[in-house]
Amino acid sequence: MSNIALIATLLVIMALAYHLGLTRSRAVAAENDVRMHSRPGYYGVLVALWCGLPALVLFLLWSFLAPQLIEMLVTHQLPHELVASMSGRELETTLRRISVLAEGRGVAGGGSAQELAAANHMARLHTYENLSLVALMAVLVVAGLTYAKRHISPQWRARNQVERVITFALAACSAVAIFTTVGIVLSMLGEALKFFSFISPAEFFLGTTWNPRFNTAGSSAQGEFGLLPLLWGTMMVSAIALLVAIPIGLMTAIYMAEYAPRWLRNIAKPVIEVLAGIPTIVYGFFALIVIGPFLSSVGDVIGINIRTTSALTAGLVMGIMIIPFVSSLSDDIITQVPKSLRDGALGLGATKSETIRQVVLPAALPGIVGAFLLAASRAIGETMIVVLAAGNNPVLHGNPFEAVSTITVTIVNQLTGDMDFASPQSLVAFALGLTLFVITLGLNVIALVVVRKYRQQYE
Amino acid sequence: MSITIEQRRQHRLMTIEKSLAKRHRKETRFRRVGLAAVTTGMALVIILFASILARGVPAFWQSTVYTDVYFDPEVIQLDEKPRREDGETQLAFDERYGAWLTQASLINWQSLIDNAMEDALGVDVESRQLRDLRALLASGERFALRDQFIEKPSLLGQTVEVKLLASANVDVWIKGNIDRSLPDARQQLSPQTREWADRLSDEGIIENAFSTSLFLNTDSRSSPASAGLAGAFMGSLFMMMVVILLSVPIGVASAVYLEEFAPQNRLTDLIEININNLAAVPSIVFGLLGASIFIGYFGLPLSAPVVGGLVLTLMTLPTIIITTRASLRSIPPSIRQAALGIGASKVQTVFHHVLPLALPGILTGSILGIAQALGETAPLLLIGMNAFVANVPGTPLEQSTALPVQIYLWQGNELRNFFEARTSAAIIVLLGLMLSLNALAIWLRKKFETRW
Repeated sequence: MSNIALIATLLVIMALAYHLGLTRSRAVAAENDVRMHSRPGYYGVLVALWCGLPALVLFLLWSFLAPQLIEMLVTHQLPHELVASMSGRELETTLRRISVLAEGRGVAGGGSAQELAAANHMARLHTYENLSLVALMAVLVVAGLTYAKRHISPQWRARNQVERVITFALAACSAVAIFTTVGIVLSMLGEALKFFSFISPAEFFLGTTWNPRFNTAGSSAQGEFGLLPLLWGTMMVSAIALLVAIPIGLMTAIYMAEYAPRWLRNIAKPVIEVLAGIPTIVYGFFALIVIGPFLSSVGDVIGINIRTTSALTAGLVMGIMIIPFVSSLSDDIITQVPKSLRDGALGLGATKSETIRQVVLPAALPGIVGAFLLAASRAIGETMIVVLAAGNNPVLHGNPFEAVSTITVTIVNQLTGDMDFASPQSLVAFALGLTLFVITLGLNVIALVVVRKYRQQYE
Repeated sequence: MSITIEQRRQHRLMTIEKSLAKRHRKETRFRRVGLAAVTTGMALVIILFASILARGVPAFWQSTVYTDVYFDPEVIQLDEKPRREDGETQLAFDERYGAWLTQASLINWQSLIDNAMEDALGVDVESRQLRDLRALLASGERFALRDQFIEKPSLLGQTVEVKLLASANVDVWIKGNIDRSLPDARQQLSPQTREWADRLSDEGIIENAFSTSLFLNTDSRSSPASAGLAGAFMGSLFMMMVVILLSVPIGVASAVYLEEFAPQNRLTDLIEININNLAAVPSIVFGLLGASIFIGYFGLPLSAPVVGGLVLTLMTLPTIIITTRASLRSIPPSIRQAALGIGASKVQTVFHHVLPLALPGILTGSILGIAQALGETAPLLLIGMNAFVANVPGTPLEQSTALPVQIYLWQGNELRNFFEARTSAAIIVLLGLMLSLNALAIWLRKKFETRW
């Protein structure tokens, strides 16, 4: 039976079980002429859960473990000297060929006698496995159903049990966040460690040359994997972005919060927030066809050689992208400064701008710094703009008018195309990703701590 | 003595007055700087949209040749279109039909087009000029003609007006997107083709018609003029389906748990810190996660929308959780207390009262999260969705690309003059979809907004 049919059948049975529990609880109530502990629907749900949940759990565990078990059994059945003579990768290919043969399809070269025998064995195992799964599930369904049906009584606290299951399910959902983080850390650490078995960490973190050579598996020529040019490029682009975004974003926030008449705020706020919703690929394209040529021609006029794709182009456009980010965060923080502080300064005869500059901003400073840090972490992790507009030139230099390369660009370059998890050329992407993750995580944690401290101050 | 006091007073007043004027000037300056910042922000939005629209809108119309084609029976030597006979199995029929299609593909459709173009131009083209003639039309158009005939075999022997796409270079030439004064060596088209193109355009045979190919075709390498967004659109649709099915239920469930049920303990704190951090993790890191876990470890197929959907789900989860929590928090505690007071259980309170009231906020947050996922590019590049795919995917497990990735691929195409406009058009489509999602979210918020 196919998996989908199996699950569909189970769902139908659960629906029937719900109905059974519902009618049964009503009958019990009528027979004994008592009030049940819970409303009939809860008995229905509980019976359905007893009937379906164990079988469902079994199914999930089974579909996770059974293929591995079968693979093990098939490997066991292959001649020992054959298995011993093969490397891990060869064995994997052989097993894949066997499983294709077992599905009744052909493989290149037809398959040897041994492979055919193993495929037969595998197909047989599959049938057994499938039959026993169905049988076991049926047993669980019947057992659960009988148990639950027999337990329907006025004293059975159906609602509480159903609610416990619901709460457990909700908690399981919120654990997904933890699994995601664990997944990120483990996957990147694992692959990065593999990378560090090719290249020493010192060479990676302190190297000043980035030249990974070709992405060919097993090639003896090893490239140079120095992080510093990429890190430098990232810092340069992000710094330019912040130089654009912080003044504009902060002044926008101040003007919106303190000066702007209502009508202007109602127009300007949503318009500027549109900038936050535009996909980064669009910014990249904008940089490439509008800002890059524009800067380049400005450079011609004033006699500087500005490349179309350069750190300046990418940084400028990235700055535009994070303006709304800076302005909305700062806006929140400025409006949180208590009114009494403002009133005090104004009462002493300070002008509005003096109040803002000498009272409001210093009071809001920790929060604003936090906002800048968050903006910086966003700029560092941004990918598409730099992929399109930074020019991909991983060389250490200090000229913002020249092309640079960043960590994110290099991740994309190294991992697109052939995916081969064995060569340092691909694995370096994970080492870079880990570096990026640690940097942004550090910035975020500092920013959150700073912002939280600031909030407590005025709450 | 009194005079000096009076003088001092005067002097002090003068100083204050002077400094006051200076301070007021400073005030005005500060204010102007603020206004300038706001204006800059708004101007940037306008410049961005204007430049994309100016480039992209013309690409929705494309140079199209309207010409009479004679379906010459001498060229089209084809059996009758097979019909399913009684008692024939589907398999046998499919086989017969496939053979017929192969036969149809072997016909020299190009020669029909060549003849039609010769007639339209009123010239007799020698074989060495054939290249120039064929450069007028998109190379994929012979297949369009074939499909038209397969659809309606009764066209045999008739002369019908058909609509054929002009080639990308002709489109660029006629729209003036290339400098016409460039020397021959730097032009994409030969002088003969350019002259013909101008003539056909003057005679109204080449017209600028609405480009349906942009929406109905998939990406094409051999025939850039007929490259379209259909495949990418389906890929994005499948991914969004996965995202909606997974991230909305899981996100809402975890927000409900954290906001309404979770006890205050270490574990809950850990989950909260996790969610806040995940919200700020760069998207490309999620791509790395997908490449190593979903593809490397679980062995899911490369370039499949299902994998893209999973990666985007993990990426949007924090957004949905955070907005849902905010909207749950905005429901006043009095409602919970009232429900609990008349004997509802905790779960009943949440599911019967709090959640329905928070629904508009949850919907708004989910839609915004989905819009964000729709525009995401970087993680998809790492799980192979930038592969060239020539078919519209039929299931989420087939190879596919996505709208933003298609934009990335097109902007890198060598045929710059043509694809700059095509890319902008694709961006307009993407932005249109995202803005309508955002508008929907705003509308929902306005419609159901309740102030407690």
